[in-house]
Amino acid sequence: MRLKDYQRFKRTRYMPTLYEELEKDVRYREGLKACFNCGVCTAICPAAEVSDYDPRRILNIVQEKDETALEELLKSDEIWRCGECLSCKTRCPRGNTPCYVIQALRGLSIETGFFIESEQGRKQLAIKRTVGDHILKYGYCVYIDEVDLEMYPEQGPVWNWLRENRGSILQRLNTSYNKDQAGTLRRTSKKSLDDLKKIFDETGGTKRLEKIERYSSLKAKELDKDFKEGKDEYFRYLYNK
Amino acid sequence: MISRKNDIWAAYQKEIADDHYYFARSCIRQNIFPAAENLYLNILKDVLGKDIFDDIKQTTCTGIAYHSGLIPMETIMTVVARQFALMNEAGYENFVVSCVTSFGIYVEMLETWKHFPETEQKTREALKRATGMTFSIPKNLVHASDVIYKFREEIAAKSKYRLVNVNTGEPLKVVDHIGCHYAKIFPSHGIGGAEYPYVLAGLIDEWGGQQVDYPERRHCCGFGFRQYLLKSNRGYSVSNSKKKFDSMLPFKPDLIIANCPGCTFFLDRWQYVIAEQERITYGENGYGIPVLTYEEIAGLLLGNDPWDIGLQTHQVSVEPVLNKLGILYNPEQKYNGFNGENIGSPEYPQVLKCI
Repeated sequence: MRLKDYQRFKRTRYMPTLYEELEKDVRYREGLKACFNCGVCTAICPAAEVSDYDPRRILNIVQEKDETALEELLKSDEIWRCGECLSCKTRCPRGNTPCYVIQALRGLSIETGFFIESEQGRKQLAIKRTVGDHILKYGYCVYIDEVDLEMYPEQGPVWNWLRENRGSILQRLNTSYNKDQAGTLRRTSKKSLDDLKKIFDETGGTKRLEKIERYSSLKAKELDKDFKEGKDEYFRYLYNK
Repeated sequence: MISRKNDIWAAYQKEIADDHYYFARSCIRQNIFPAAENLYLNILKDVLGKDIFDDIKQTTCTGIAYHSGLIPMETIMTVVARQFALMNEAGYENFVVSCVTSFGIYVEMLETWKHFPETEQKTREALKRATGMTFSIPKNLVHASDVIYKFREEIAAKSKYRLVNVNTGEPLKVVDHIGCHYAKIFPSHGIGGAEYPYVLAGLIDEWGGQQVDYPERRHCCGFGFRQYLLKSNRGYSVSNSKKKFDSMLPFKPDLIIANCPGCTFFLDRWQYVIAEQERITYGENGYGIPVLTYEEIAGLLLGNDPWDIGLQTHQVSVEPVLNKLGILYNPEQKYNGFNGENIGSPEYPQVLKCI
């Protein structure tokens, strides 16, 4: 099945309208009450300062309830520019939270598969294959074994020294690295990892991650990139560029 | 100006339990500054005589994945519920969170359950089906820095050092950086609220330092979650940190104190990157400005050896501030391994001066 046919199939089966889906998300209901477009959110926003991102504009599109404009938004880079600092929540004079609306839009963009239509949206695969996989493998979002200078050069020489000598240094610092006992960097038990996996299965987390993989495989094929697993060609393309 | 702000801060308070805490660890802090959380636990247990439980069963709260747009709200909500269930199992009611992102997550879930009660019910059902567990909401939920703030006077009374330059007798100029999710999302859950957060400024005041009130004091460090996690997007992160450094530079700070693991990491590492890429350094004589957490500063003032509390794992060398504080240390032991073995030392950056 071609990518566009697949997306159309998914939408006709599961999504009467995009707005109906959006309104199911409590973050959308909590985040957008009535925006009068004063622009304070954009003025305070760290992402707006350094990228092509304008939360005022996004809230305006969303509250107009134009289905076509919403679909364009879900396929755009813009919804992925937010850094989720939530400074906008503090400052909005109407009690809106543009970041919550962004969170709801991002979720819907993945559910509909529209995320692969934008360069930024596609990058969710790289986050899934790092943070997402680390959670279920280690019980941590980040773990020292996975953080090397090739992927994280800003970590610098002290980190490299720590990482390469972690057996000795982490013992000197009295951690529980790789040990089955309480303490810093302890090994997460199989029972706890199983609990996490079951929670992901039960609450849509597993399906969400699988969906990212499935849609991404279609896009990788379209872009003629090698798609397998882990840090394959498509991952490196998304992560680095 | 500072005095007037202190008066305003004093009006914003929150309840912080006195004892018997369940400790929720931080993913970033454990990895990047691996001695910090043990130090925190030791300060609470050994210095303050408090009971705090470090649970082997807990996991990540999944907050970084959530704020990167990766997982549904229902998933993180149920992971949070499991952490609460573990606290109940261990017999505790007061939940202390090491990470600011996690603190924001826990508060957000509690607030969501208040505003949308059906989400709490669904979470209870999901947790039961997935793990068989049930949970009660904590009586008290605070960030780890809140507890240090609560006992700042007791820590000062037991300290060997003050935040004072021993060479000049002047207070050290200290920048406080509060993680955005500490109070910007839910101001009533932060000491001093979002406008006048006092959780770290209170430590500076009590421990003898001088606050630095600079224009970009409340600006984000630039983590940005997915913006940092992708190599292609990290310009966002470093640009925001640089904005802060440029703004604080004219005030010549001696030290930065942070309460968020991510912020501590970025304010430390981006100084290295800015130095190597732009040939700009922010400390004195080509060094950076040391960036320490609240417990690392408390640990130093209480007389801990800097290398026993992991300060060698910071990229920005901490020796300039140790010298000002008059803290004695053995430079030969800085990069030793376990049992004093020689494991070599990190390479020197080309521009940022390091020891």
